[in-house]
Amino acid sequence: MTLLELRQVTRVHGTGAAAVTALDGVTLTVAAGELVAVMGPSGSGKSTLLNLAGGLDQPTAGTVVVDGQALGELSSRRLAGLRRRSIGYVFQDLNLLPALTAAENVALPRELDGISARTAHGEAIAALERFGVADIADRFPDDLSGGQQQRVAIARAFIGPRRLLLADEPTGALDTTTGEAVLRLLREQCESGAGGVLVTHEARHAAWADRVVFLRDGRIVDESRASEATANGDPMLSGGRS
Amino acid sequence: MSVKLGLLALLDEQPMYGYQLHTTFKERTGDTWPLNIGQIYTTLARLERDGLVEPAGDDGDGHAIYALTDSGRDELRRWFATPVARADRPRDELAIKLAVALTVSGVDVREVLQTQRTATLRDLQDLTRQKREVAPDDLAWLLALDSLIFQAEAEARWLDSCEERLLGSPAYRNGVAR
Repeated sequence: MTLLELRQVTRVHGTGAAAVTALDGVTLTVAAGELVAVMGPSGSGKSTLLNLAGGLDQPTAGTVVVDGQALGELSSRRLAGLRRRSIGYVFQDLNLLPALTAAENVALPRELDGISARTAHGEAIAALERFGVADIADRFPDDLSGGQQQRVAIARAFIGPRRLLLADEPTGALDTTTGEAVLRLLREQCESGAGGVLVTHEARHAAWADRVVFLRDGRIVDESRASEATANGDPMLSGGRS
Repeated sequence: MSVKLGLLALLDEQPMYGYQLHTTFKERTGDTWPLNIGQIYTTLARLERDGLVEPAGDDGDGHAIYALTDSGRDELRRWFATPVARADRPRDELAIKLAVALTVSGVDVREVLQTQRTATLRDLQDLTRQKREVAPDDLAWLLALDSLIFQAEAEARWLDSCEERLLGSPAYRNGVAR
């Protein structure tokens, strides 16, 4: 099942001589169970792609489809609802609200959705549990380590029915092993049926994805897929590049 | 150097026979370092010639057991106490290929870089997948995989840096020599 589809998506900023094409005819699909990484130098269009996929920006041409719904055809109210219900975001800057506890932060999008505070709280605890941080549910973001904050942000991204994750450098300033734990979590969520887009300029992080697409000047110029698993499970180490 | 020293390290734990060394070596390095049994025997012969190991009877089934000598033990301590020098790589094919590509007219160097980047990423993806499947307590295998992962990452970063330099150079336009 396709969770996200970009069809010939173009985004031009400005007009006339000052027009800058940030994204140029990009086509990309993300299926349930799949983690796709987007790599490219600064200015290649990575963030534009993510903003368009999340309905935070509108394409100049082309179509963005999330969960079977073309975003361009939705009223702004229905678009906001779809964003809350279908899409989870994790940004480098985590955007946790400092005045709310971890559980309240995670529950917030569900409460905005109109479900009861009690149900939302239950879902938040379940999400925090899933990411191994249920014990810090009642603490405030400022009292949490970077890794814990990141897990709270990811729990928020996956609360309720949300199945499409959009992540922009989600391992930000975390150390190697904590960052790796975060990527492992994202990966496991995708394996259990979510879909994700991971924007990063770090090759080591992108390598956690099933597919890596390379953006350059607003276009996809190449794509790398992991090798098919072999019987003895190591396609690389048995041969490898000399 | 290191097959020799690797075997010395294993024999420091206990005397072993050739096949046993082969199996243990594979376990410890997690197959990052393919080594056939013949290399084990020739290395053992050389170590014995140099007085670093000595025969220590057999295991009852006719397998010749080897044990570390005192000078073997000294050699091992010296190894652990000495940093590994960055290996000289007299022929780094990739660096040479890029250097040559810069001088051949009409070659799209950016394309050469991207082709390599995609291949490097695929290697990284394969290594990362293997890492996902490693049991958390298999530290030796994790460290060995991390080593390959960080090397591949270094290559990817170097390729990024090559591209930045290329795009910043007035002698090239979109990766092709003017």
